[in-house]
This record gives sequence, C-alpha cells and structure tokens, in this order.
Amino acid sequence: MSADIRKIAVWVEETHREAGREIAPATRKAVAVAVIANPFAGGYTEDLTPLMDIGAELGEVLGKRCVEALGISPADAESYGKAAMVGENGELEHAAAILHPKLGAPLRKEVEKGAALVPSSKKMGGPGQDLDVPLGHKDAAYVRSHFDGVEVRMNDAPRGNEILVAVAVTDSGRPLPRVGGLTNEDAIGKDGLK
Amino acid sequence: MPDVEIRKVATFIEEIYHEGGPKANVPHKRGAVVAVIANPYAGRYVEDIQPFMEDLKPLGLQMGQKLIDALGGDPKLIEGYGKGSIVGVNGEAEHGALWHVPGGYAMRELLGGAKAIVPSTKKVGAAGARLDVPITHIDASYVRGHFDAMEVGMNDAPRANELAFVLVMSTGGRIHDRMGGLAAADIKGEDGLR
Repeated sequence: MSADIRKIAVWVEETHREAGREIAPATRKAVAVAVIANPFAGGYTEDLTPLMDIGAELGEVLGKRCVEALGISPADAESYGKAAMVGENGELEHAAAILHPKLGAPLRKEVEKGAALVPSSKKMGGPGQDLDVPLGHKDAAYVRSHFDGVEVRMNDAPRGNEILVAVAVTDSGRPLPRVGGLTNEDAIGKDGLK
Repeated sequence: MPDVEIRKVATFIEEIYHEGGPKANVPHKRGAVVAVIANPYAGRYVEDIQPFMEDLKPLGLQMGQKLIDALGGDPKLIEGYGKGSIVGVNGEAEHGALWHVPGGYAMRELLGGAKAIVPSTKKVGAAGARLDVPITHIDASYVRGHFDAMEVGMNDAPRANELAFVLVMSTGGRIHDRMGGLAAADIKGEDGLR
C-alpha cells in the first residue's frame, strides 16, 4: 500500500539574529510534512505492516524534501528528527508503526550516513495542534549544540481519519550554543553516540 | 533612518493533492514567506513613520523573489497573492500598515505588473499568534475560485519589539473549486477587478 497523500508542506526557517547578535551564517531548519489517510482509522487492526511500509515511503519523500529545501548536499545535513500526530479516529500505535520500523533507513540515505538514532515524538491530535519535532545530531547523539526542536502546525490537519507525519533536517545547531559538551567538530560519528 | 534588522526569515510551502475529491494531476501550491524584523518604533508613539516604508522596499523584493523561487521559480505560475503583518505587543497596528507599499508593490513588480489590489490583513499579536492571510487572483479580484487564505505563524515571533511581515502566493484556486462566478479563464485583466 502506498500512502494516500492529501497534502505535503515544507517549512524552512533561518535565524539571522538572536539576543542582539548576528548569526552568520544563519542557522537553518527544515521540516517536511505529509498529511495522509489513515487506512486503519475507526477500528482495531492487529497487523500494521501497511503503515510500516508507508513509513519507509515517507522517510524518503520527506527527507528529500527537507534537503532540497535547505539547498544543501546530503552530507551537509547536521541534525534530524521525526514525529507523527494521529487524528482522533486512529490510535497512537499507528504513529509508532509509521515512525519506528522502517522510516529511518531511507531518511538516512537522504542525509548521508546518519549513525545516530533519529529522535522522535508522537501524539494523538487534531487540526491546528502543535507538534514539536525533536532534533538531534545525525551522527553523534551526544553533540550538545544540536539538541533542539522545531514546531509544526497545520490549521486543517490531521482530520479524524488522517495522520500528519513530519521529518525535520537542519544544517546547523542552535544559534548561540554555549552549554559545553561534545561539539560537532569533535564528534567521531561512528557509534551514533559520540 | 533605522536599518531593517532581520532576526528570522521563514518560508512555508503547501502542496495540495486533494481534499476528499478528485486528485489533481499537478498539486496546487500555496506558499508564505515571513520576515521577523526589529520594530524601530516599538514602545513609543512616533508621528512620522512613513520613511520606513522606503527602507522596507528591498526586503519586499527579496521576500517576493524567495517565495517565487520556493514555489518553483517561474513567476508565470503564480495566480493568487496576499499579504499581512503581525505587530509585536509593544507596537501599534499602524506599524503593520507600513507593509502595504513595500509588500504589495514588490509582488506586483515581480509578477510582471499584476493588476489586482493585494488583499491584506494585520493585527497586534504575541509570539505564536496566527494570521489568516487572504488570497485573491493577481489580475482580477473577482475570480471566485481564487478566493482563499493561508494561515501563517511562528512559535517564537513576533516578540514584543518586533514586526512579522508576510507575503503569500498560490499557483491556483481552491483545490475543489465549484462555486461558479468569474472564472480565471474569462478575465479581461485590465482594471484589476474582472
């Protein structure tokens, strides 16, 4: 089963100043969202394999959209994250089926490497609700400057029988990182952690 | 005069494939670009604010071009537009009106001399406020299928001493337009209305 996509949306934000200081180059985050029909809305379904396959499809589609929107080569992606919000006629497990088994591998292809766990969040929700997508360094989860998040929100999604799926990619960390810890420059990036 | 001090710029693009009806072969696109800048008049009453409109003209052109690029790069594809502003709470609604000339005329110039008035809205709001920006046809305001709107907002803007200026464009009318009235194909495009 491939996803019945109603909408795709891409949000890019650049931060040029923070706390009175110039940020050059600007830090940038992209989030790509797909609003899809939930094939299992309205009842309990034991086997969620079709949603796992949709997750794989969306990992590629949305990862590619983010990298394209940032105008970078895949290797220049620095952090990533994923999240899903399930409309009221679905269940939280539907978000898990999309996000966890299969979405990561195609997303990692789009950002080259991606040794680290893709941080994630999920919830039930309706149109106009905020979804906060967590962000972490793509190769070394402990890089402290890259712990962040980005909010997405659509006024018309997800409807009751829909799921909103979001993937976020950045080419940078927070604008003014100064709480120490492992830095991007010192990360080895082999084990996904350090 | 004060410089235009930009803190953030963000673009948001939606591709709409369907809304429960027939699927479009080419998805309709709606896009918004938002610039968050310092409000040079925050916190006090200033009588003569018009000179700042001149300072904002280059920003209007930059934002308009950025939005056209994000929608595919071809100005001929753009069929609808609108604009808006959110004024941080230390400013006044009148500051939002500064955007009429630099925002509107920038889009009309970039779109090859679009004839119709650019519909607009404005308000005072805090960070996270959402603005429903009206959209109408670029050459003939009465085209019924192109009456639309796009919701825009940012979780961290506008701060109290900031202005958030918005431009929106669309590549077509509503996805399942079937309310009749003047059709885009039938306009004269001379007086900006029909």
